[in-house]
Amino acid sequence: MSATPTAPERSAPHEPVVKGSAATRALKTVKGTAPVFVLLIILIALIAQRTPVFLEPPVFLAFLLQAAPLVLLACGQLFVIVSGEFDLSVGSLMTVTVVVAARLIDGDPAKTYRVMALLFGIGLLVGLVNGFVTTRLRVPSFITTLGMLFILDGAVNFWTGGAPRGSLPDNFRVFGRSAIEDFPVLGRLPYAVIVLVVLGAVAIYILHFTDFGRRMMSTGGNPVASELSGVNVARVKTAAFVLSALFAVAAGILYGGFTNVSARVGEGFELQAISAVVLGGALLGGGRGSMGGAMAGALSLVALFRLLNLYGYPQEIRDAIQGLIIIAAVALAALRSRAAR
Amino acid sequence: MRVGRAGLLYLFIALSLIAAACGGSDDDNGNGGGAGEEGSGTGEHSEFFDQAQFEEQLAQRDIEPEGPEGEPWLQAIEPEMVDTSEFATDAPWNVCFSNAAVDNPWRVVGFETMNAEVDAQSDIAEFTVVDAEANDEKQISDIQDLARGDCDVLIVSPNTTEALTPAVEQACESVPVIVFDRGVNTDCPTTFIHPIGGYAFGADAAEFLVDNVDSGGNILALRILPGVDVLETRWSAGKEIFDDSELSVVGVEFTEGDAARVKSIVSDYIQRFGTIDGVWMDAGATSVAAAEAFEDNGMEVPPITGEDQNDFLTKWEEDGLTALAPTYPTYQWRTAVLAATQILSGEEVPKEWVLPQPKIDESTLGEYVAPDMPPLFYALCGCQEMDGFPERWTE
Repeated sequence: MSATPTAPERSAPHEPVVKGSAATRALKTVKGTAPVFVLLIILIALIAQRTPVFLEPPVFLAFLLQAAPLVLLACGQLFVIVSGEFDLSVGSLMTVTVVVAARLIDGDPAKTYRVMALLFGIGLLVGLVNGFVTTRLRVPSFITTLGMLFILDGAVNFWTGGAPRGSLPDNFRVFGRSAIEDFPVLGRLPYAVIVLVVLGAVAIYILHFTDFGRRMMSTGGNPVASELSGVNVARVKTAAFVLSALFAVAAGILYGGFTNVSARVGEGFELQAISAVVLGGALLGGGRGSMGGAMAGALSLVALFRLLNLYGYPQEIRDAIQGLIIIAAVALAALRSRAAR
Repeated sequence: MRVGRAGLLYLFIALSLIAAACGGSDDDNGNGGGAGEEGSGTGEHSEFFDQAQFEEQLAQRDIEPEGPEGEPWLQAIEPEMVDTSEFATDAPWNVCFSNAAVDNPWRVVGFETMNAEVDAQSDIAEFTVVDAEANDEKQISDIQDLARGDCDVLIVSPNTTEALTPAVEQACESVPVIVFDRGVNTDCPTTFIHPIGGYAFGADAAEFLVDNVDSGGNILALRILPGVDVLETRWSAGKEIFDDSELSVVGVEFTEGDAARVKSIVSDYIQRFGTIDGVWMDAGATSVAAAEAFEDNGMEVPPITGEDQNDFLTKWEEDGLTALAPTYPTYQWRTAVLAATQILSGEEVPKEWVLPQPKIDESTLGEYVAPDMPPLFYALCGCQEMDGFPERWTE
């Protein structure tokens, strides 16, 4: 809080452009995200206290399998949030993924991979549209992606007429549901966990170890300064939306594999993704966040819900807690930004 | 400072969890975890439970219905007929329908079947349909509009019972009214069409488990939501039968009809209790998910109940499950139209048209399973012999 703010600080709603050595940045990130890992450990301990089998590999891996879709959503959402935006369309994109896959594949394993390619194509398109409307037409991303949510939901409902058709064959469902048997040490290793680890590593790499990731952070932290220093803000943000959409399609494939096609898929996931990212230490408004933190945040959220189930709390409590998390996060972000001036 | 503020968030969550751990929650309906591993039992009866209706419905299952053989949508159990000659009018007819909604696959199949029946009736020239989109106020207004119009007969599928009663009473003054599916609290309608009911549904499922699960076995009951009249009756009947049996109900959980939640709940129970010997469900949309949850955990699927959705029937047949499908037949949507034609022809109809409510078991599964139909197609639509089958129900 300086008495005479310099020009960049006056115009900076959040941190100044991210600078400093890799080590400094890493330390900052760790300090910001340590709490969520502590939280995750506490939650796992509480679950294990209630159901001791939870710590055994098959059960814990099954937990990771069920959490995988949300973790992937959180990864995608983090790209958008560190860039200073929101993506509310990811839940309905998951719905589209599952419903379209079931209808087009219709139980024929030969079609699976082509349809998957199509689904990622749809994700790419959705991300591009979100990006274009937000950056060129200057519509706040909250509104843009909310509109996209309604468009996707409406289109799906119209297409299915209320009752989805078709089915997902085993070679589609294998990612979300099946496992490698007799894996050394771990026993049954679900494919979903492998997908999770691989895509999670990719996400960590992109955000924290590439120039592109750094540009995303700086865009969210200080869009004006970033633009002035040569970052193509529109392109960076659009890329973030595309990444979010692609991760949402992947999450949909895992989720659809797990639950098979049903009338309501993907509902409410977008808010869970945002809650997860926020829990993981990301700053709503952009400029700060850790991919590892977001993933831990997602796992914490799933663990929290499981714990609430075990204690016998109804669904409404879960929604209320999510709401509280988001409100607290917004309040924190507001407090921080006022402190920075 | 910074960590302190973030810390507030985590402190809050930690406090909530500690509160949760100490307080716990065992509300009266018996859902949620119990303290020990004996399980939660079945809890208290809900305020909806009506002993007399329960016994009546259970008895109705065994009464031979009257009506044409092989056409259950035209059969009635112990009907008391009413005279409708005052409503007789010449064709062509204008039939009106106030629909609560088409917001779930059961209603989608039912509505399609109803339309097929209308098309098959050459005397019906006009079929006016208004969709209330699950909104009571809208449906009240819809019914008022239709009653003012030139309908020869008004069919109503009410969104809720209490709220729609006055509107139906008012409509009765201008036009003969047929009510089906959910009822209303007035007997002014010319006929009220419904299958036997929820108690019979829940009882069929529970009795199946009593017959197929060894004494002392662990039963998991999965319910969609609390407070929904048609679902509360199903569980009440199940509860009555389980309470009288040697089976141990270890959990009664609400799933909100969400497949992922079903899988998660079933897995939790398998981990907590080691084995679950039977699964009772109050509807069939997520029965496949429940069955798969056992497979995901590397276990055999125990005796399980569902409904006449095609995906459940298909899995039952393909995997050789031990299962039962009680039904709430969609063919009642046909009956509504047929009743309309009878009333407008001046023929007698039952005052309360209680339709048979078949259950699909091992012996009849083959007649109903349909590999080429969509997963959420309901086999008891009474539509298999109709014109346009299967295309109408697959597009």
